Amino acid sequence: MQVNETGAFVPTVVAFCCNWCSYAGADLSGTNRLQYPSNIKIIRVPCSCRVNPMFILRAFQRGADGVILCGCHPGDCHYTTGNYYTRRRMTLLFSMLDYLGIERERTRVEWVSAAEGQKFAETMKSFAAEIAALGPNRRLEDLRCRK
Amino acid sequence: MQKLGVFVCHCGTNIAATVDVKAVAEALGREPSVVVSTDYPYMCSESGQNLIKDAIREHSLDGVVICSCSPRMHENTFRKAAAQAGLNPYMVEIANIREQCSWIHKDREEATEKAIVLGRAAIAKVLLNTPLTAGESPVTKRALVIGGGIAGIQTALDIAEAGFPVDIVEKEPTIGGKMAQLDKTFPTLDCAACILTPKMVDCAQNENIRILSFSEVEEVTGFVGNFTAKIRRKARYVDETKCTGCGLCTEKCPVKKVPNEFNLGMDNRRAVYIPFAQAVPKVARIDPDWCNMLKNGKCGLCSKVCTVGAIDYKQTDTVLEEHYGAIVAATGYEPIKVDRYGEYAYAQSKDVITSLEFERLTNAAGPTSGTLLRPSDGRHPHTIVFIQCVGSRCTPEMGKTYCSKICCMYTAKHAMLTREKYPDTDVYVFYIDVRTPGKNFDEFYRRAAEEYGVHYIKGAVGKVMPRADGTLDVQASDLIMNEQLHINADLVVLAAAIEPSKTARRLATMLTASMDTNDFFTEAHPKLRPVESPTAGIFLSGVCQGPKDIPETVSQASACAAKVIGLLSKNKLTGNPCVAHSDEWMCNGCSNCASVCPYGAITYLDKDFRMPDRSTKTRRVASVNPAVCQGCGACTVACPSGAMDLYGFSNSQIMAEVDAICK
Repeated sequence: MQVNETGAFVPTVVAFCCNWCSYAGADLSGTNRLQYPSNIKIIRVPCSCRVNPMFILRAFQRGADGVILCGCHPGDCHYTTGNYYTRRRMTLLFSMLDYLGIERERTRVEWVSAAEGQKFAETMKSFAAEIAALGPNRRLEDLRCRK
Repeated sequence: MQKLGVFVCHCGTNIAATVDVKAVAEALGREPSVVVSTDYPYMCSESGQNLIKDAIREHSLDGVVICSCSPRMHENTFRKAAAQAGLNPYMVEIANIREQCSWIHKDREEATEKAIVLGRAAIAKVLLNTPLTAGESPVTKRALVIGGGIAGIQTALDIAEAGFPVDIVEKEPTIGGKMAQLDKTFPTLDCAACILTPKMVDCAQNENIRILSFSEVEEVTGFVGNFTAKIRRKARYVDETKCTGCGLCTEKCPVKKVPNEFNLGMDNRRAVYIPFAQAVPKVARIDPDWCNMLKNGKCGLCSKVCTVGAIDYKQTDTVLEEHYGAIVAATGYEPIKVDRYGEYAYAQSKDVITSLEFERLTNAAGPTSGTLLRPSDGRHPHTIVFIQCVGSRCTPEMGKTYCSKICCMYTAKHAMLTREKYPDTDVYVFYIDVRTPGKNFDEFYRRAAEEYGVHYIKGAVGKVMPRADGTLDVQASDLIMNEQLHINADLVVLAAAIEPSKTARRLATMLTASMDTNDFFTEAHPKLRPVESPTAGIFLSGVCQGPKDIPETVSQASACAAKVIGLLSKNKLTGNPCVAHSDEWMCNGCSNCASVCPYGAITYLDKDFRMPDRSTKTRRVASVNPAVCQGCGACTVACPSGAMDLYGFSNSQIMAEVDAICK
């Protein structure tokens, strides 16, 4: 668990972004110098449908406090249908996480297009704030992975 | 043990101002496997690239991590540099510490810390990279241009001139598009037909161009260099190979009251017709909604008068299947429907018209043979009010949020031409702003306002009220004088916003090309790749990409042709090696992967496996065609046995990145 100099909890957040829309949206928010918290780290994937629910579980297991998955808006997928699969898979994963007792707010799916730099920054800010309010994720963390 | 090199870019001060690059290089240098870690002001410069190349050779590196700008910017640059130094280009990973770090954080310590984590994630990933070689696929040296307006015509002509065959598919019975309907063109006032029709004839005569008019693309499969398109040739009930375009049938046809689309319904045509005198191909078409013979089998006059026997009432749609290397979208635009703006009374009064209708009214080939007459009573209008931005620069609920770009100039043209031909006419133009960027555009507008005495009024029209005496009461506000105006007009002309053709969205889905929220095609890069779609092999020409005038359309069309020629002149294309592959030993042949593949890239093979007990077992396993696979990764997640994986973004690589970030 990370804390800042004032002792406040700084969550670890993993963001999966599809290469064609959301990663470009993240780049755009950078180009426009729109600030969002530095504890969000982006992993580039070709399409949101490349994200195996296992990756999200793995992140929680390794100590992530929140995971956000961003893709193209439904209907705008570069690969035509990828984000529809994402939407269905994540619905299933969310109900499983619910069953495991992981707070619903710790995982999120957002659609951010390549033109929505503003939305990307806003989304990341609100997500980081939400996770910070939730506190550290303890339930799925693998104790063997503790530093 | 692998040997890695880490190169941290300052990007001038873009990165170095907020990230302590020296500290990043030092921290990453302590990571296991990293043998060299250094920083440099501009890694993408020639000397920066040489630094990377020298390090690869000197330390015989197995992988390279570059902490710099977005991989969308310079991934290819660094891959090429690595390849030149003898390293497989896919052994390069980029940590994005500019767009996703230095530019979005202000705190130096925080940003430096994040840059180190991003660098660590890239190191973790590159350690699991495998050398990849891109496959090669042949290129079909033929282009398909969808849309036969000025954009499609110019693109097709340029491609054909370079020696490649081109098919133009046009949904209307003739090519020419919107430009064929225009009268004069701004700012030089040359007549649209005089400059367009020779180009249309060039298309018809060019041996490399085939015009498939009255046809629509129904299905597109394949990928860059190897597209297959199904094109529906709609029945026109006239044999295109026999018809000479003499026009005898149209003269004799007894059905005379069919609204003429070419003149926007302002006059009539026959049931068998040639759209306009200079149509290409000049072939008649029978309108099945109006033809007596096709509706109830009574008439047949046209077939009796046709001297070449071209009339064929039994003609049906045919579907052509053709192969192409490149596809150009040139679907153009439509003016929006203006009836929804009740305040302008377009639906109530015949004397409220759109600018395109005005264009036909002043055209020598139009319904009034070029004399400007009121559509209601055929009298000469003495006061004309032009209203700009009808549906443009609106709220999304009320219309289009964008500027349609051409309206200011064509309204100035209409106003000027009216004043020139009919000096007794009063012309008013209501505008929000007059936007005239372009060569000789502002001079043109000033001439209209100053020399020709057109009354330009900054303000909005609130209401147009038809009066009993047939005139129109235009109620408006003048924002500069701050007063309410009533103008008694004879004719009101609405500069309707333009929107992409209705067919564009369906086409984009077929081509897997992306579109913006307004249904304009998106370009691969707004500044650096403006005529290509993000989907390889799909190119954009004309207004389908965004509003533009004729000079801009033509230059974009030629630029598009240059890109197509560049593609078609290659004999082989190197594909994207980051494709899916299946581990045959793990695959159980369940078909989950094939059912989610949007490209049909996965097939099943019956394969013999030699078992540990030396027996041979035949099993059904998935096999990915790397030339068709686009690398989305949908199949990798659908695979229940974990046999399917993606090169370049493998399960273990992404997991390693997750681990590095969460550490």
